[in-house]
Amino acid sequence: MDLSGVLIKMTLLHIFVFALIALIIAWIPSRTWRGWLLFGISVMAVYNLQPEVPLRHFSFWFPTLTIILTFLTWLISGSGRAKFAPMDLRAFALAVGIIVLLDATRWLPAGLPLIADRAPPPASLALVLLAIALLGWFLKRRFGRQGIVSWILIAVVVGFFIVLKWVPVGIEVSRILRSLTGQSRELASMSDLSWIGYSYIAFRLLHALRDGMTGRLPEIDFQAFLTYVLFFPAIIAGPIDRIERFNREYSERPRISAGRLYKGSARILKGCFKKFVLADSLALVALNEINAPLIHGAGWMWLLLYAFSFRLYFDFSGYTDVAIGMGVLMGFNLPENFDQPYLKTDLAAFWNSWHITLAQWFRAYIFNPLTRALRRSELGKNIWIIILAGQLVTMILIGLWHGVTINFALWGLWHAIGLFVHNRWVDFRRTRRLALALGSFSRIEPIIGGLLTFNFVSLGWVWFALPTPELSLLVFQRLFGA
Amino acid sequence: MEAETVGKTANSITGRMILRILGKTLVLLVCINLLYLLLNPLPWIGRLSIYNSIVPGRERLPYGDDPSRSFNLSLTQMDAMFASHIISSTQEPADEYRVLLIGDSATWGYLLPPDQTLAEQLNSLQLTSRDGRKVHVFNLGYPTMSATKDLMFLERSLAYDPDLIIWLFTLESMPWTKQLDSPILTLNPEATLDLMRANDLPIPASKLKASQDNLWGQTIFGQKRELADWARLQIYGLLWAATSVDHEIPATYNQRMEDLPADPNFQGYGPGELEEPDLAFDVLRASLDAANGVPILFVNEPMFISQGLNSDLRYNFYYPRWAYDRYRELLAENAQTAGWRFVDLWDMLPASVFTDSAIHYSAEGARLLALDLAIYISGQ
Repeated sequence: MDLSGVLIKMTLLHIFVFALIALIIAWIPSRTWRGWLLFGISVMAVYNLQPEVPLRHFSFWFPTLTIILTFLTWLISGSGRAKFAPMDLRAFALAVGIIVLLDATRWLPAGLPLIADRAPPPASLALVLLAIALLGWFLKRRFGRQGIVSWILIAVVVGFFIVLKWVPVGIEVSRILRSLTGQSRELASMSDLSWIGYSYIAFRLLHALRDGMTGRLPEIDFQAFLTYVLFFPAIIAGPIDRIERFNREYSERPRISAGRLYKGSARILKGCFKKFVLADSLALVALNEINAPLIHGAGWMWLLLYAFSFRLYFDFSGYTDVAIGMGVLMGFNLPENFDQPYLKTDLAAFWNSWHITLAQWFRAYIFNPLTRALRRSELGKNIWIIILAGQLVTMILIGLWHGVTINFALWGLWHAIGLFVHNRWVDFRRTRRLALALGSFSRIEPIIGGLLTFNFVSLGWVWFALPTPELSLLVFQRLFGA
Repeated sequence: MEAETVGKTANSITGRMILRILGKTLVLLVCINLLYLLLNPLPWIGRLSIYNSIVPGRERLPYGDDPSRSFNLSLTQMDAMFASHIISSTQEPADEYRVLLIGDSATWGYLLPPDQTLAEQLNSLQLTSRDGRKVHVFNLGYPTMSATKDLMFLERSLAYDPDLIIWLFTLESMPWTKQLDSPILTLNPEATLDLMRANDLPIPASKLKASQDNLWGQTIFGQKRELADWARLQIYGLLWAATSVDHEIPATYNQRMEDLPADPNFQGYGPGELEEPDLAFDVLRASLDAANGVPILFVNEPMFISQGLNSDLRYNFYYPRWAYDRYRELLAENAQTAGWRFVDLWDMLPASVFTDSAIHYSAEGARLLALDLAIYISGQ
């Protein structure tokens, strides 16, 4: 398993340039122009951040596909107005204009920092854009806001997700695409399918589609919707914001103030310190598939495992700090993704403070609907079965979101069982009034709970950090001195 | 609660305050860099090490092609390199006969784990010196081929009170034109220039870029690479302690070349053109002066002798026969004239023990060479 798909790669230069752009946007006096610039930069950023892929022209096609999916989602989810407003047309025209201009860079000297690779011939782009426009027109005219189209689009979004995260399927798709581009099928690999930010983009699109189906989605213009999906500080590592919250702040988009400049810059610096000093140093000694089989001694194995735990936290939360900081500069209060997760005293609290927006997304769109459905079914009499089923499905899906591998599924299973046991324990204590009986023990209970939780989570990372169950089991053996 | 506090703080911030913060940060940054420039702390930072205290010292000098796999890295700071070596761990015991091995990647033990290098093969023989002291051999070899590079390590190693230095080298390390090919020399320009001046070595100094001559090069920013490498070396110490791995040995690699190109030239010299002034025998002589009485055994190290295509023209990938034969003649003449302790072991190892190059040998090769060298060590 290659953790590069889970851990994010963004250089200090990227962060500096984006922070500078965020400042410039926030400094513009006109709110209208601030909106248009943010929209334009977000469209361009998705091309700029897209890494070069071996598949010919796909460094261009992946971001273009992102914008197409976003457009179709806006059109179908019900977030769009019944008819195109002039504002939407202007946003649509600007997005198309930027795409066409970026495509025109194929005639400029190579090495421009706008897109990673040479853009495709304009004829193919024109064909694709025309086809999408016709498709959009047809869907809107034929189906309006009927759920069936939303379900189809959900299937497409999830389908892309499976292709990107499930290696055998991804390789097969890579072979097909290579045949289409006239490249060697033998060289097909997952690096062909490095689609920037798709993990997060897909969740924003699914959120819009589902809320659109249930009528909870606010009306939002295309400019705001595309900016929400492609908001450049959050495209790589989240957080996964909610449309209604983002749209509220988007309509305000206040100009920069000294307070926000201070707060945003401090948050960006904090994130850079976490990522580039702490996480990158810990990465040298963190548990991985290379060092795991070579470690002798349980003590060292624990040290490397803890190094992994903190590396992952500082890496991810560092990027989140950077994203939130840039948001603050531009007047957006993106939701927090981490809240001292390793200091929590039980596993449920951990999951309320680790990758918070992802956990909330799964709670809203998987756990809650599933448990509601189970309650209505025959199984509804057994509460513990509902909880167990809900935890299992949700946590295993969260695991598979990182990549469709046995180890990610086992990591999800590990947490599902942990959460279930914790749930039952809390219930058991409440019904038996055990807290009172524990007496003086209750004073040290948070400490013991914290240690147990941290170690349970860290042991769970053994599945997450390593590519195979065999290697993970070997590490478990070494950790416990076997 | 914390977010609330931050929010309140942020609201009370003014543009003037931000300018003041930026100004203070700038002043502080300049002051710290000036202080750093005045104190020049890099050498003593280099000597700060978790090795030999928190984690065991390394059995050979740090060098790593791929740090993420070898848990090791190549760095330029000699202080940090030696501080991480086990030789820095203790004072020499009274009953120890301390032998230091100097040389290239073959001596360092390329493609060998640290416990199977030539030094460890010698230690496993549990030798005693002629006066009855226990022989303890330390591996101070370092990859890349340059006699001047070896001299730099040799001079440095004298601080560790050796009783005998064994310097293994081959022709590839000897042409004057190749002396600055080792990055450790070019990245330590001041030390290399000092070495050249002190020993009157005719190496074109213009090739050395004295990066630290400017003030910027002496600030934290100018030395950020050195500081980061020092920190990484310490962090990799944990993995060294946890794994005893300091070198990635791939399961498969390209074998040394058996069939050779029909090229009669050596380093730009055509047949019959290689003469004494072309080779750095002055560097060997300088080492004897620098050693100040510590005996040095010069060893012409073993090499692979091909039986393949064009082997009538060349011994191996490195050497055409005429060049290597001429080098051996010149080396023997110099050794005899000056009375050097010298042994020519060029053909003592069978072809089968050579691994990925004409000078890298297997553990068995190191064992056989150790058996040969043991005779010379015990004879001292």
